[in-house]
Amino acid sequence: MTSSAVALADVLAAEGGFQAPTIQEFYPEPLVSFSILGIDFEITRITIILWIATAAIVALLVAAVRKPEVVPGKLQFLGESGYSLVRDGMARDVIGPKGLPFAPFLGALFFFILANNAMSIIPFAQISPNSKFAIPLVLAVIVWILYNWVGIREQGAGKYFKDAAIPPGVPIGALILVTPIELLQVFIIRPFTLAVRLFANMFAGHMLLVVFSLGATYLITAGGIYPIFGVASFAMAIVMTFFEILVIVLQAYVFTVLTATYLAGSVEPAH
Amino acid sequence: MSILAAEETHNPLIPPLGEIIVGLIAFAVVYFVFARFVAPRFEQVFRARREAIEGGIERAEAMQAEAKAALEQYRAQLAEARSEAAQIRDQARAEGQQIIEELRAQAQEESARIMARGEEQLATARQQIVNELRGQIGTLAVDLAGRVVGESLAEDVRRRGTVDRFLDELDAMAAAGDGRSDGAVVVPESNR
Repeated sequence: MTSSAVALADVLAAEGGFQAPTIQEFYPEPLVSFSILGIDFEITRITIILWIATAAIVALLVAAVRKPEVVPGKLQFLGESGYSLVRDGMARDVIGPKGLPFAPFLGALFFFILANNAMSIIPFAQISPNSKFAIPLVLAVIVWILYNWVGIREQGAGKYFKDAAIPPGVPIGALILVTPIELLQVFIIRPFTLAVRLFANMFAGHMLLVVFSLGATYLITAGGIYPIFGVASFAMAIVMTFFEILVIVLQAYVFTVLTATYLAGSVEPAH
Repeated sequence: MSILAAEETHNPLIPPLGEIIVGLIAFAVVYFVFARFVAPRFEQVFRARREAIEGGIERAEAMQAEAKAALEQYRAQLAEARSEAAQIRDQARAEGQQIIEELRAQAQEESARIMARGEEQLATARQQIVNELRGQIGTLAVDLAGRVVGESLAEDVRRRGTVDRFLDELDAMAAAGDGRSDGAVVVPESNR
């Protein structure tokens, strides 16, 4: 049983009125639990969704480039459009002439986030692995390591940390304020916001959909005049699903473009 | 309410390590496949496409250059033909002029020659006439002398008259031939 189905059963069984979905939505019962080297692993349906999304995007991408043609087929065109968006729009235009080597990383990031986000509206899955903080956190930490490493490699550790702490062109008096903010921003806030932005969007999107769906179910079975509101709630769930499609694409794009921006700052000295 | 009890332990911002590792592996799989197979293939396609487009442009440029060269050649040939035609025209004109000049010169020469021959003929005729006249004058003189001798002296007056007439005749002849070396032949002015 899915977590939403459990919640649905709770809603229908509830005597004392509507029970809103809780954070428990994101902690379904583990199907398998085991421990390796003292680390606990729980295979839940969200874990399975993560692997389905991963396998699906890998399969689609490989299928897209299986027989590459100068005049692309539909799937190849779709893949090319996505990769061109990242390669030309971010790696080349945001990072600059040194950006093209980062195109594969940015592309993998974009497609991975897109596939996992998309699971939030795929029927029977309907929850995104990115609504678990672990996945966005992993991605943000990878990005954080990457842009710091690139900054040190391209500019030298001394210059990179000096520029981060003391941005050029700032009056000496203002440094008392600017230096802590800059250091906090580059080394803590950037990865944190990167992870939280994606996580919170998918988390909230799922909650919204669940609330409207369960609300509709509850209201339609509540009797009296409530079914009317139930229909409105159902319509709202549909509208929010379309909104979720926008969020899915937008968040994948935003995460990748911000990564490109941070990399741009590391590749070229601050200006 | 086991759910409520479990809820207490969940903080959505503190994920369990197991999830982090699973997420890391999932992304690593996507990154590996993408960086290893997908992106290079896409790059290859982009390159092939760019080359195809550039090749097409190059071919078009080559054809354009060829067409331009052909046009230039055609124009050059046309200009050459024009100048040749002009040259031929000029030459023909010059030749015509020359022919006219030659003809004119020839005609003048011819007329000069005709005139010279006419003059020559005239001179010959005059010489002939003078010679003839000289002979006649001798004959006449002999005749006259015979007549004079044959006449009777009695007729002195008649004789005198005959002589006088003869002399008059001579005078008249002399007057008419005045200015000439021989004074015997009159040549009309218009015949000269």
